Amino acid sequence: MVVAITFEHVGYTYQADTPLATPALDDVSLTVPDHGYLAVIGHTGSGKSTLIQQLNALLKPTTGRLTVDEFTITPTTTNAALKPLRQHVGMVFQFPESQLFEETIQKDIAFGPQNFGVAEADALALADQMLTQVGLDASYAQRSPFELSGGQMRRVAIAGVLAMHPQVLVLDEPTAGLDPQGRQEMMDLFERLHREQGLTIVLVTHQMEDVAQYAEQVAVMRQGKLVKVGTPQEIFGDPAWLRANQLDVPRAAQFAQKLATRGVTWPQGLPLTATALADQLAAQWPKGGRTRV
Amino acid sequence: MSKFLFGRYLPLDSIVHRLDPRNKLMLSFCYIILVFLANNWLSYLILIALTLGAIRASTIRLGFFLRGIRPLIWLILFTVALQLLFSPAGGHVYWHWAFINITQFGVINAGYIFIRFLLIIMMSTLLTLSTQPLDIATGLASLMKPLRWVKVPVDTLAMMLSIALRFVPTLMDEAQKIMNAQRARGVDFGEGGLFKQAKALLPLMVPLFMSAFNRAEDLSIAMEARGYQDSEHRSQYRILTWQRRDTVTWVIFALGLALILICRRW
Repeated sequence: MVVAITFEHVGYTYQADTPLATPALDDVSLTVPDHGYLAVIGHTGSGKSTLIQQLNALLKPTTGRLTVDEFTITPTTTNAALKPLRQHVGMVFQFPESQLFEETIQKDIAFGPQNFGVAEADALALADQMLTQVGLDASYAQRSPFELSGGQMRRVAIAGVLAMHPQVLVLDEPTAGLDPQGRQEMMDLFERLHREQGLTIVLVTHQMEDVAQYAEQVAVMRQGKLVKVGTPQEIFGDPAWLRANQLDVPRAAQFAQKLATRGVTWPQGLPLTATALADQLAAQWPKGGRTRV
Repeated sequence: MSKFLFGRYLPLDSIVHRLDPRNKLMLSFCYIILVFLANNWLSYLILIALTLGAIRASTIRLGFFLRGIRPLIWLILFTVALQLLFSPAGGHVYWHWAFINITQFGVINAGYIFIRFLLIIMMSTLLTLSTQPLDIATGLASLMKPLRWVKVPVDTLAMMLSIALRFVPTLMDEAQKIMNAQRARGVDFGEGGLFKQAKALLPLMVPLFMSAFNRAEDLSIAMEARGYQDSEHRSQYRILTWQRRDTVTWVIFALGLALILICRRW
């Protein structure tokens, strides 16, 4: 297994050396395989955002060490050494639409690549290409980003990150505040990038349905500590533990568990998504018959 | 942003923190008069003792005050240099070139100016470190009350002030978030030449202004929805009360004043 990201005993304290010092990460060790899809879940304030900001060194660990592909970040790494890392790890923050500032959508998308040395003409061509990739019409290129709706602005912002051609894509609640259809399209886009271009994805989310459907690996955070890592099956297999951590299982799994108390068995493991639930139920149902549940 | 200390409140529980904000504002103001009354080493020594005593009573570490001085160090050095090089002749002349004189008088004056700066910055840092911004606003509004008689819209001004103060941390958070997002897109803040630095501010300022205007609009709607009316007399949730400890500070202040009046050169 080729490893993309390795956390080794990473700790981070905000405003270290002041009375306001607040520990946010405590001895986190974790590996994410190359082309992996990691979901980070946890209650608000559990350190998820701090964790992912380590990935492109917006925050440098105060203790421990972090490796992202060929880059190593320790508390003493200099900022100059980190610029190539910023291109390597693309960051989509919460409400990324707030980062738009250029006169035209095309210029805004081209801003990132230009900062990393892509020539202006190439960057602008790249911008047009990215615009269609995020599902916006090419005719938007010359419009002002501030004329768009919130959902469209978010697509432009995401296009601006994708235009840097990152190898690792970090997403901090990318679908918050979107309508259900927009959410679905956004998650499908990330899934496509993951499958077709082999991007390593780190997703922070409160949507357990998304975790169940897309993630290959789940990390659970609590009070700055990494308390559990596993496949979605392993994590969602213990709903009582999750609830104790103020988290929940996907709705399909909740439904499957209720059925289990009425005697339905799940030989292939608890179904986590609506599709898996339907498939397993269909397989168990006697053709054309009825079962009393 | 963590370097930006001036105007940040440190939540501790000391006698200085518990003083009436009105009192702290008046004391700080009168303290500045006191600083300008002092004019010899002995009187400055008394001032330094008063200041260190106040800092001690606040239980805030001295390092915080020194860090508060750092952003202003160039201004201080500039003023000190002016004083040192261009003082009118007086006392022994150490060095002379064209119109520049370094005199005994100039050296002493430069020293005084330096101490004055230090003391005033330390005391105002103490005020902001030990008083919540909203308390400062309430205190100011309460001190401005007499101006109502000359038709100054004190309540509206107070509301503006507290809204402004209330949104300083919010906008700073917002600025931090936008800076992070732009740094992730390859912007280097505070690096390179002046032109490059100024250019790097654009991706920060445009979104920040957008969000500030949006916020202002949302807030005004929220205020009107809850029946806010301009120029209406407003009652207060937090009532300020003068305590015994506030009186004690004025006794100490009066003692300091008396000592300085006795010691200063007339």
